This record gives sequence, C-alpha cells and structure tokens, in this order.
Amino acid sequence: MAPAKKRNVSSVKTAEKSAKKAKVDLSKTVERILESRKHANDVFDILESLQAEQEKEVISAVAACSELFCALLERKELFLGKLPGEEDALSGGYSAEDKYRIFMRHRYTSCVEILLEHLSHEQYDIKESAMCCLMKFAAGEGLHPLEDLDWSEHYSFPRELIQALVDNLLSKATDNSLLISRFQEFLEMEDVRYYVMSSIRDNVGKVMDKSKGAVVPVYQNNVFTLMSSISMPNQESELTNFMVKQEAKHEDWKAAKLHEHKRVFERMWLGFLKYKLPNSMYKKVLVILHDSILPYMSKPTLMIDFLTAAYEIGGAISLLALNGLFVLIHQHNLDYPDFYKKLYNLLEPSVFHVKYRARFFHLANVFLSSSHLPVYLVAAFAKRLARLALTAPPTALLIVLPFIYNLIRRHPSCRVLIHKPSAEDEPFEDPYLTDEEDPAQCRALESSLWEIKSLQKHYHPDVAKAALLINTPLSEQEDDISETLEVTTYELMEKDLKQPEIKSVPLEFETATRLLKGGGDVLGQHFCLA
Amino acid sequence: MGKAPKKRSLADKVRKTKTSSEIKNNPFEVKINRKKFDVLGRKSKHDVGLPGVSRSKAVNKRKETLLKEYKQKNRCSKFIDRRFGEYDTKMAPEDKILQRFTMERQRVHEKKDVYNLNEEEELTHYGQSLAEMEKFNDVVNSDDESEEKGLLSAELTASHFGGGGGLLRKKALGEEEEGGQRAKSRQELIEELIQKSKQEKRERQVQREEAQELTEKLDQDWKNIQSLMVKKTPKADKQEEKPKLEEYDMMVRELGFEMKAQPSEKMKTPEELAKEEREKLQKLEADRLRRMMGEEVVEGAQSQIHFSADDLNDGFVLDKHDKKTLAYQDGKWNMGEEEEEEEEEDEAEDEEGEGESSEEQESDAEEDEVEEEEEEEEEEEEEEGSGEDDGHSDLESEQESENEEEEEASPKPKKTLSKEEVKAQQEAAKAELPYTFAAPESYNDLKDMLRGHTSDNQRLIVARTQKSNHPSLAVGNKLKLQKLFGFLLEYIGELATRSPPELSTIDKLIPEVYALCQMFPDAACKAMQSILGDAAHSMEETLEVKGHAAFPTLDMLIYLKVTALLFPTSDFRHPVTTPALLFISQALTKCPVRSLQDLTSGLVLCSLGVEYVSFSKRFLPELINFLVGTLHLAVQDKASLGYIVVPPFRASGKYSDLLVLSSSESCRSWSKKSLPLSATQQLDLGNDPDRDTHRLTCLSTCLDLVKRCCLLYKDLPSFTHIFQPIRTLLSKHLSTQTLPEPLQELSSEIVEAISSMPVTQSALVFDKRKPIPLKLLTPKIVEVLDYGKKRGSTREEREKERLKHKYKREFKGALREIRKDSRFLAREKLNEVMNRDAERKRKVKELMGSLATQEGEWKSLKRKKK
Repeated sequence: MAPAKKRNVSSVKTAEKSAKKAKVDLSKTVERILESRKHANDVFDILESLQAEQEKEVISAVAACSELFCALLERKELFLGKLPGEEDALSGGYSAEDKYRIFMRHRYTSCVEILLEHLSHEQYDIKESAMCCLMKFAAGEGLHPLEDLDWSEHYSFPRELIQALVDNLLSKATDNSLLISRFQEFLEMEDVRYYVMSSIRDNVGKVMDKSKGAVVPVYQNNVFTLMSSISMPNQESELTNFMVKQEAKHEDWKAAKLHEHKRVFERMWLGFLKYKLPNSMYKKVLVILHDSILPYMSKPTLMIDFLTAAYEIGGAISLLALNGLFVLIHQHNLDYPDFYKKLYNLLEPSVFHVKYRARFFHLANVFLSSSHLPVYLVAAFAKRLARLALTAPPTALLIVLPFIYNLIRRHPSCRVLIHKPSAEDEPFEDPYLTDEEDPAQCRALESSLWEIKSLQKHYHPDVAKAALLINTPLSEQEDDISETLEVTTYELMEKDLKQPEIKSVPLEFETATRLLKGGGDVLGQHFCLA
Repeated sequence: MGKAPKKRSLADKVRKTKTSSEIKNNPFEVKINRKKFDVLGRKSKHDVGLPGVSRSKAVNKRKETLLKEYKQKNRCSKFIDRRFGEYDTKMAPEDKILQRFTMERQRVHEKKDVYNLNEEEELTHYGQSLAEMEKFNDVVNSDDESEEKGLLSAELTASHFGGGGGLLRKKALGEEEEGGQRAKSRQELIEELIQKSKQEKRERQVQREEAQELTEKLDQDWKNIQSLMVKKTPKADKQEEKPKLEEYDMMVRELGFEMKAQPSEKMKTPEELAKEEREKLQKLEADRLRRMMGEEVVEGAQSQIHFSADDLNDGFVLDKHDKKTLAYQDGKWNMGEEEEEEEEEDEAEDEEGEGESSEEQESDAEEDEVEEEEEEEEEEEEEEGSGEDDGHSDLESEQESENEEEEEASPKPKKTLSKEEVKAQQEAAKAELPYTFAAPESYNDLKDMLRGHTSDNQRLIVARTQKSNHPSLAVGNKLKLQKLFGFLLEYIGELATRSPPELSTIDKLIPEVYALCQMFPDAACKAMQSILGDAAHSMEETLEVKGHAAFPTLDMLIYLKVTALLFPTSDFRHPVTTPALLFISQALTKCPVRSLQDLTSGLVLCSLGVEYVSFSKRFLPELINFLVGTLHLAVQDKASLGYIVVPPFRASGKYSDLLVLSSSESCRSWSKKSLPLSATQQLDLGNDPDRDTHRLTCLSTCLDLVKRCCLLYKDLPSFTHIFQPIRTLLSKHLSTQTLPEPLQELSSEIVEAISSMPVTQSALVFDKRKPIPLKLLTPKIVEVLDYGKKRGSTREEREKERLKHKYKREFKGALREIRKDSRFLAREKLNEVMNRDAERKRKVKELMGSLATQEGEWKSLKRKKK
C-alpha cells in the first residue's frame, strides 16, 4: 500500500509541479513572443496546452492566451481587414511585417475557436475562464477593431464574436445556467446587452425553426435563463456603461438609445414566446412577465396573444396569466371580453392548494375591488368561494373568509347572503347552481352562505372565530387580507407552539392504558399493533 | 440626694390622684368648648378642656426632657444608671427593690424548673445543693486543698498564724524539757512539720481507697444477688397467686385490658407515601439482592411472632431467660446473650460447612461466582454480628430477643430446599429487575437501561424509576423526571422507527407516559410541542422545495396518537392538540398518495383525525377530502366523475388506480381484518390476491370512517354539500363495481344516511340583538352619601389633598411646640439668672452686713477708746 501511495502522491506532486512549471513556462513564452518576433512560433505551444487534458494547464493557457492576444491587439500586431488564407499570405506579395501579422491573426482566430469550443466543456472553471477570456478579446477588438473602418457610418463592435459566444452559451444539450449567471455581469454593459439581445433573437429563430415546433426544454431553459438575467435600464440617462466607446457620433449609435434597446428586447421576447413552450416554462415566464418584461416593451399590447393563449390553458397557468392580463387591462386599455366569467370559472378547489395561491387572491382582490361590479357577479363569487371553502385548508380559509366579508362590505346589497330576514322561517333548498358556468345564471343571490355557518364548527380556532363573524352585522372597516396571504401552516402552528405564557396545560383526564384505546377507538378498530 | 426626689414623686402621685377628680369638678379649671351646632348622636372628645392640667403636663414633660438636655449641654460625660426603674419617678422605692429581686430570680430560674410545682428553689450551701449533700454519696473528692478545709488544728493555726511565735515557744519549751538536746533550728522545725502533714495525708488517702474498694465490692455482690432475688421472687409469687385470684382483681385487670380510645394513625402526606413507596421498593430491592446471592427468606417471618393472650403488646417478653441455667464462666455470671451469640456462630459455621460441601460438588465454572457469594455471605454475617455487639444495652435486648427467635426458626426450612431449587431461585433473582433505578441523565442512559428487557419489564423499569425518583423525595427529582418524559417520548419514537416496529412495547409504556404527563403537564406540553414543531418544520421545508412531502413516518403517527391520549382533543384551543390537528390536516393535504403504504398512513391519519374531533364534532375538511380521494382511487372508470377530487389526489394519473382491484375474485375470499400499523412503513404484498385483500381492507376502513364522519357532521348546515362527492361516488361509481357484501352494505348505508338528511335550510340571519333602549329624559338622581368630603377628584388627588392638609397641621403644631420650648427655655434661663442674682445679692448683703458690723464694732471700740 505504502509505496503505491507514495507513487500516487509523487505523481500528484509531479502533476502539480508540471502545472506550475507549465504556468511559468507559458508566461515566459508569452513574454518571449511579445519581446521579439523570433519566438513567434512558440505560440503553437500555447495553443497546444490550450487543448490539454488537465484543467489547470488549460486555465493557465487561457490566461496566457488572453494576455498574449490582448497585448497583440493593443499593439495592432494582428492583421486588419479581410484575412487572406495562410498559403496565400506566404505566396502573396506581403511584406514580412504583414506576414507576421497574418500569421498571428490566424493564430488568434484558431485560439478563439478553441475557446468557443471550451464553452461547452465539462469543467465549469474552464468554461468560465474561456468565457472571460473571450469577453476580454471582445473588449480588445472593440477598442482596436480588426476590420478596416473606412467609412464613418460604421460602428465598431465585435458582433461576430458576441454572436458566436451567445450561440455557444445557449447550448441544446447542457444546462448552462451557472455560466449564464456569470455572464450576467457582462450584461451590465449597455452595448454588450444590446448585441447579445439581438444575437439571442437570431439564435432562437434559427434553432426553433430547425426543431419545427417541437419543444426543446434544455435549450429553452438556457434561453430563458439568459433572457431573464437581462435587466433593462429605465431611463436613457442610465445608459453610461459601455464596453466600446465609439469615437464618432456616439449618441447616434443604436446601442446608446433606450428605445432601440426596448425594441430589441421586445423582439427577443416575442421571438422566444411565439414558439411552443413547455408548461413549466410558461409558468416561469408568466411569473416574471408583469414586472420584468412588460414594462420594458415598447408595445406591451403585443403580448396579448401570448397571454390569452396562456389564460386559455387553464389551471395554474391561467392564474399566472391573470397578472399580465391585469397589467394590460389596467394600463394599456385592453378590452377583454368575459374576463370575470373566466375568472369565476377559474375558481376550483385546487385554487387553494396551488403554490400561487397568494398571488391569485391578491389579484382577485384587486379585480373585485371595483364598486361598479354588478351585484349578481359579486354574490356569485362570494357563494362560489364559500362553497370551495368547504374543501380548503385552514391557511386558505383565513384568506377566503375575510375575502368574502370584504366582498359583502363593498357591495352592501350582497348582505342578503348572510342576512335574509324575509325568508327566515321557511326552510328551502340551496338554489345555487354549482355547475353553472355563467355567474349571472347561478342564482347565488337567492342563496345563503351556509358554508360559512358550517365552518363555524371548523377545528381550527382562528377559522372558527373568523366564521363566527357572520352572526353579527359586519363592521364597516375592510379586512386587510394582504397579511394573511403568505401565512403557511407552520406559521399557523407556531402561533400555538410558541405561546409564551401557558398558565396550565389542560390534560386528558381519562387514564390512558393502551396505545390504541381512547378517542372512540377508531384507530383500534381498524388497525392493530403488529 | 437619691431619696429626696423619690419621696417627692410618691407624694406627687398621691396628690395627683387626689387632684384629678377635684380638677374636673372645679369650674375654674374647666374650659368648655362651645359648639356652633349641636348634632344629635355625634360624640366629640373635645367639648371639655382642662387648660391648667394640660399646661402643667407640658411643663413637666419639658422639665424632664428639655431641661435635662439643657442642663447637660456642653457636658461630655454622663452617668447612666441602668438599674431597673432607676429613672422611673412613679415607682416607689420598695416596689423597685422587689421588682429588681424578682428579675434577678427570674434570670437565675431555669427553664426546666418551670413545671416544677412543688419544688421550691434548690437550697444550697457554698454553691452545693443541700439535697445532694443529704444523699451522703461520698463522692471521691479530688485530693486538693479541700482536704485541709475545716481542719484547724491548734498546731497548724499556731504555725500558720502565730507569726512564728508558736514555734519559737515550742522551741523554748523543748529547750526547757530536753535541756541538753541540741535545739532544732527553725528550718528543721518547718521541714518536720511538712513531713508530718504529708504522712497524715497519705494515710488518709490509703484509708479512703480501701473503703472505696470495699463499697465497690459490696455493690458488685449486691448486684449479683439482686438479679437472683428479682428473678426468683416474682415467679414464686405468681404461682402462688394464680389460684387465688379475686373477683376484684379480675375486674381491675379487665378494666386495664379494656380497649381504650387510642389515637389513630395520622394521615400520611403524599411525600410520606412516596417515601414509603420508595422504601418498599428499596426493601424489595434489598430482598432481591439477597436472594440473588442464594439466600432464602422465610415467608412471613415477621408475622410468625407468637403473641400470648396476656401480651400487653408493649414489646415486653417476660420469661426469656428462664430456660437458661445459672452457670459460672471464668468466674463470672454467664449472661445469656453471649451464649446465644455463640450458638448462632456455631450455626453459621454449620451452614457454611454445608454450603461448602454442596458447592464442592458443583462444576468448576461456577466456583468463582459461588466463592464471591460466600464471601459476601460472610461479610453480611459479620455485619449482623457487629450489629448485635453494639446492641448489648438493656433496652435493645428485648427487641433482639425477638430477632433471635426468628433467626432460630430460619435454618430449618433452609435445609429442606434442594440445591436445584436454590439455583433456580438464584437465577430468578438475577432475572428479576432491580427495584430502584437512578433517573437517566441522557437519552442513551435510558436506552441502556431498557435494552434487552421484555416490554413488560421495560414498563416496570420506567414505573420504578418514576417511583424511586418521586419529586417529593429529593430536590432535583422533578427535573430528572421531566427529562425522563422527554427521553421516553424519544424512545417511543425510536421503537416505532425500528423495523419491525416494537409497538407492543410502546403500548406497554403508555400508562407510564400518561402518569408522567399527569405529573408534569408543562414539561410534557413542551416536549410534545417540540416534537410536533420539528416534524412540521421539516415538512414545511420539504414543501417549500418540492411542493409536496412524504407521509409522516410511523413514529410521528404514534406521537399523534400519544398526543391524543395525553391531552384533551376537544379543547377549542390547546397548545398541543391544535398544532397536532393542523399537522394532520397538513399531512392529509400535502402528501401525495403514491403507494398502498402511503394510503395506509393516510388512513391512519384519517382515523386519528376522526378520533381528534369525535368528541367536539368539529369540521375537518381535509378528512373528507382525503376520504373522497381514497374512494376515488377505487373507481375503475374515471371517465365521467360528477365530483371534484381535491389535491393531493388527482382525477387521473399514475397513482389514481391504487385501490382498483386486479380481479373480482378476491371479493369472495375477503374478510375484514385489522391492518397492522407497520403497514404504513413497509408492505410485503407479493401477489395480486394479497394486494387485493389489502385494498379491500383499506376500502372498508375508509368506508367506515366515512360513516363515522356522516354521524359526526350530520348537524352541519352544509352537510349535503360536504358529502355530495361521497354520495356521487358511492351511488354512481362504486355501486356498479363488484365489492364484497359487507362493503356493499356499508356503502348503501352511507348513501342512505346522506340522502336522509334534510336538504332544506332556513336562510341565514344575524343573531338577534337586544333592542337598544330609548333615551330616558327623567333626571338622574345621584345619592350623595358623604357630605363634606371633596368630590369630583380622583382618589390620588384626594389622597394628596389629605396629605397636604395633614402636613400643614403637623407643621403648625411643630412650630407651636418649638415656640413653647423656646419660651420655656427662656423662662428657665431667666430663672437661673434671677437665682444667681438673688444669690449674689444675698452674698453681697451678707458681706455688707459683716462689714457693717465690723465697722460698727470698730466704731464702738473707737468710741470706747475715746
């Protein structure tokens, strides 16, 4: 064992040593190359180690590359303009100086290619360093463009490089969310963001057209991660942080204009959303839609198609689509026929069990806050919610009951639901039609909220207390349901668990003798200990 | 000086008593305070004032205090006489002396003499009690000067006090008598004297010693004889007396033996009871230990003491030593006890011998053990022996005699037991539990304590631990037992998580847990709360991450059940059961059913839920939801439902056919059996028939629960709506399927029960409120009961006012007093000055007078000369 271990250790050590040596060597090589052109051929060594197996070697090679080529870019020792082929360069009548430049430019392009390949490497560190290196190149290229800028209309920006980078980031096979979140820091820069957005649009168009309408979950997930990490500026004056500063006519540059940003942003999202999405993606998009997409679109109404489609899907997605719809209706004057009818039909027992319960009730509260709603509608909502409350967990009940009370407070003519003195003595069947989809036809106004009466016997003391309120006329003040929206069962439990002062804990007076005895012997009747 | 004021004070006293009555009658002394209004029934203290009296009182008081202070001013030394009543002017000197004497006596008087009624004080002579002296106990006095006391020979006095004259005279005499003999020097004479007295002293001492020896010997002899006399005489008397018992004697005895009202044993406090309990346990423990060592205990040894009919039950045994013959040993009376002891020792030796002989036959492996036992046996015997050695005093001998009797009886049955039996008993004792346990300090301690015992024994262990650590026995026990409760709960949880779960042990432990909970409700509540809180918290965390959680494990189910056993489930709000119910509801709504195990867990939870609300009949929507979902799992055709399934169940999906039977054959062979609780953890259902049986059992459980719910919730106004899904399910879907007879019956019963409920209700109205009374316009009459008092202010204000007033009055009074004081002092000073002046005047006059006479004489002389 011992010698093997030793060998192991020594091998590790040698590896470390070699890595260290390689690093030293590489930096020396870089120095040498930069010092004199004699050593130009050493650049192959660097490129070789760039493709090495070992992670450390690769990373140090990446660092060396970035140092070397950034320096070269700065010195303008890379060939500018259209690059001739390598053989052509040798044969063509180029000066030695030009030949060297052409040679270096070729090495530069191959280096970029290798780095782009590395973006889909397994090791995150390599991916990250490759990306950072590429972004450095991009910055360098931006400052010292590789193209001939003869005409003044042209703005120098390494568009191709960014495009290639984005193409590689949005992988179809691997989840790049970690790398993308690292990339977010570069998205702070206005011009990078601008060009990345347009590259995303191009990329999405290309990829999705290829997939012919089928869902590509990993890819779409990557795209979504990248797009949702874009944070848009709010004002034109905020556009200050540029990677490349244009010398001439900076103000006219598209990347320096907010409305151009918005346009590109909008086109990017619409381009993404027009293809079929997986259900989870729908939810994700809808969750962020109202506060990080809609405000930055130049024409938010363009989202209407997407939103209505989502609203039709039903279930949780419909609930989420409500939010976007609300923004459109509220701020952009959208007319949505049968909005309340659809809202009414969204009310199902599952409403109380989904994750987005709080958001839904918040919105529902907003929708139903108008005092101009017809009484039948409000009554229908109240009755429906009450009926659903019979299946709801206590946390939901603590939202629903005040919600119903608020509805009745806002519309005093709904008071008949809990107070109908005219028909006091004659018992009748509940006229409410549960299965009726039209709130106008469900005869809620003729009914009473017996469900709340039933809930007065609810096992949880808070719910029972809340339900007891219908025994007396409701107070004028509306209940604030926003506090109870996010309450979880555990928090509800803590109320009892963390009571500071318990005077004396009541105890069961019936002496316990057996495990399964007591409490009506329900457990003992159906289960045995064995 | 001392006497004069005292006399005067006496006189004062007399005069005062005289005057006080006189004064009141003297119209010149009385000042009548005229009242403005005469109020009937009001008594005032101050209608008559005696200004003269009060003024003189004040003056006297000042004289005693202020004047003295004034006189003491600028003096630094002071004589204080602390004798009783020294400064009490009112007291007559005779009284004072008497009082002082009694106080002195009281101080000397000791407490023990308080109850001495007849005895007067002890009379003493030279500090020695006369009574003691009268006993003539010639105490051996130490040889100090007391010898010389009262021994005044003429010689001695002469030598001591004669100033040497005596000796000289003697010498002179000697000279005269012996003539030619050399006269002894003074030095020699003194030496001789000393020698003589020393010799005398020695002789006396020897004499006294002899006498003492003699008396001692006499005493000894007397004692020896006395014992004989005492023993013999009563016996002889008895035998004579017996035949001629007179009626009178009989009667007297009867009366003597008649039951008197004896004080009953006092009620024991719980602490005493607990102590007794522990003592009992300790005793049992000791017993067990001894039996483990291989000793037998004669059953009922204590109760075998023979009582004679004449026994007075005072522990006195009369003829114990009668059988003993009188014998000499080493020239001394042989005391019976010693002999007995020896006998005992012999017995013990015999026993050992026996033991050894029997043990020799036993196998070598056991030898070590046995030897140890032997040693311990010996030790024990030694201890016993030493105990008896200590107890040689007369008082204890009687009790011992009883013990000895018992012990005499014990060896006989011992011999009858065979070796096998002995061995068996030893083993049994080893297997038997200790009777006392130290309370476990940590959970691991408890585990160690309970490891390897049967469930019954575990219960016993816990019970004994609890008893031997009762909080009233020691200070820290309360905390220990509170901890024990927590450990027990933890242990229960662990038992439930073992595979297979040891539920029967838990079952056995329940009474103990209950008892502990009754003792420490707060600690129990805390422990249970923390368990519930932790479980709920971990569930909440998984919910946040995944959106759903796994069903609670068996230990949690057991905890929930234990909660229901320990705490009342019917409370409106209870610190333990309310969270427990919430936990159940949370589990029923958030845990998706993915296997038959899950379903079983769910059904256990449902049963628990039903148990929780069975008394209070409160509405648990999650319960109904889960039951609907469970029934839904059994529906084969899920095309047109007509009801809505609530999460965690889904209308259709991977796990929505869990309860659908694989073949209808199994319906016939199925019969209802209770499900094991362990089925919530693991279920070995290899083949389809087994699965079907389990499914049917689940279904029957579910249906039974539904039935119970129907009964529970029949009073709810929206009963029909709550049970509508169940009704649809049972009547439309399950009725078409093939189910065993009992289940069909059950389901039809339920449907009937649901449909028999009234569908109609009267509309909701608010509670009728008390009509608000009209405004009344008659004047409000408030009775004022306390005239003259300031009203309309708060209590504090009134109090403040009162204090202010009081302060003012006091201030004024003090001012007045100060003024009077200064007036008094001024007067005194004036008096002083005037006295001084008068004195001076007198002296001057005197001088002048003498001068004048001198002058006159001189003038007359002069005239005469002329």
